[in-house]
Amino acid sequence: MKILSLNFLTCAVKACKSSSDSYPLHPKDAELVQDEIEVNAQLLVNLLPRLDWTALSTTATELGFPALPPQPPSAEDLQADDKTLRDLHNLLMETQIMEGKLVCGNCGHEYAVREGIANFLLPSHLV
Amino acid sequence: MEYLIRFSQLHETFRSAEIQAIAVIEGVDLRVISYSDESPFCVVRLPSEDAARAIMRRSVLAHAIYEHWGTADTYDELHPIIKRDTAHLWPQYVEPSFKMNIDAYQGSRSSSKKQLALINSFSYLPFKGPIRLSCPDQEFTIFEQWEFDAVPLNLPSPLKVHFGRLIACGVRDLIHTFDLKKRDYISTTSMDSELALVTANIALAAPGKIFYDPFVGTGSFPIACAHFGALGLGSDIDGRSVRGDGGKKSLRGNFQQYGLEKLLGDVFVCDLTNSPVRRARILDGIVCDPPYGVREGLKVLGCKDPESTPWVVEKGRKMYRDPAFVAPKKPYSFMAMLDDILNFATDTLVDNGRISFWMPTANDEEQEIGVPTHPCLAIVVVCTQVFNKWSRRLITYRRLPDAEVDLSALAQQKKMKHEAQTNGINADDLNPFRRHYFRGFKSEQDLTDDAATDKILNTT
Repeated sequence: MKILSLNFLTCAVKACKSSSDSYPLHPKDAELVQDEIEVNAQLLVNLLPRLDWTALSTTATELGFPALPPQPPSAEDLQADDKTLRDLHNLLMETQIMEGKLVCGNCGHEYAVREGIANFLLPSHLV
Repeated sequence: MEYLIRFSQLHETFRSAEIQAIAVIEGVDLRVISYSDESPFCVVRLPSEDAARAIMRRSVLAHAIYEHWGTADTYDELHPIIKRDTAHLWPQYVEPSFKMNIDAYQGSRSSSKKQLALINSFSYLPFKGPIRLSCPDQEFTIFEQWEFDAVPLNLPSPLKVHFGRLIACGVRDLIHTFDLKKRDYISTTSMDSELALVTANIALAAPGKIFYDPFVGTGSFPIACAHFGALGLGSDIDGRSVRGDGGKKSLRGNFQQYGLEKLLGDVFVCDLTNSPVRRARILDGIVCDPPYGVREGLKVLGCKDPESTPWVVEKGRKMYRDPAFVAPKKPYSFMAMLDDILNFATDTLVDNGRISFWMPTANDEEQEIGVPTHPCLAIVVVCTQVFNKWSRRLITYRRLPDAEVDLSALAQQKKMKHEAQTNGINADDLNPFRRHYFRGFKSEQDLTDDAATDKILNTT
């Protein structure tokens, strides 16, 4: 599971949707791997306005990455500064949670990640 | 300038939808001058030869595009048209090497003598360059459109003739590149490569975009989207279909097979009715082929009958952290799911982002299922693939910017819930298409008649 996806996903429990604590999900016992993927600048520029930067900062800190700047870079910054682009690419696209759990800050439900695939299926009492 | 597109005569209703979508992606102004589902020839107006090339770089349903030099009912009419309209183009083609082709649709020009005579009837064109049958600088094609069955009927002449200069070929090779027979990992409901690519085209998959398939299965759609440069995300309620046997025999393995792994966003296991996807306008496109209960069961999370089987719910409460726990699922209504898909698309697509999904329907008018609608989504195009007693449609919508949404219709839509349809218990009650399918699309009257016949037979 990429860090990018973590920014797009929240707790699957309907009652948690309205709570701000349910997003982002918190990685627990996460085993990270780094893939090597070509930098796709066009994609990153396109993604930028759709990212929740505060949530991304939280996730980055929780996974032990250096703190992100308080404000997201602009599209121009990304295109002008190769390092910013590479760092963001590394965090969003190359970092994967292979094993571990994702925990909702509101209801405490734990979603398992196995072999890089997260399972968001809920038991009947939470549907 | 006018250009002549030579389509393949298959998936007819998808063809103009595809080239129009590609024109949108490439930012090209395309106007269709003449098109018919019965003919593989289509005349369009495009601003330049480069625009024509751009369209062909992505078109799966077009064989090639030609500079249109003339169309007429007979050769006697065609020659004067070519002389009148294209004489100013001739000087450029005096020197280069060239080749003439004959393309007789539904007809045949099998005798080489006749072929040569036909080509020689164009000898007024001042082409002095060498004739090269392989890799010529320029290729010209004489197109004939014959009536159906022209060869056995021994008809004397075609219905229509066209003449054009080849500009570029489409990418029909991709159908073979992505052929399911050569794919390492497929399942019973994998979408064939041609239609998956066409779907990706119509949904406007392009570099830098994010596409999502909520019923990803073995990944046919995200692979097609990734081929066109989009990042493919997917999810499925059945984790086994995504994981496969691991290695080559998995969804990721399929991406690796085509060298598209860099455009595999992520796959996760979830149910559309309890989706973890954040409700924000983050997706450029959604493409999917939802299960409709015939080959693949239509299920969502939940306990089918919690009152008589309370232990199922109780077990979930205790066991859900266990890695071996399998979340219970229950049958679901097809119509309710279509509504869920449209609501999901409304919440997650960017302005003008598209959702394309496949939906089956009976061909019989009484059993036909209408095209679902949503006030926030405008229907772009409906394409149909017809089978014997049923068809499947590819329906494409565009997310309207909020300013264009009819607010009163939206309020009305929110009030109307398909409660009646979600109340059934078994798959047949919930899903009219499934019911009709397994009854062979017979009407209620036929079924009563059949029952009566059976009764008589049994009693005698």
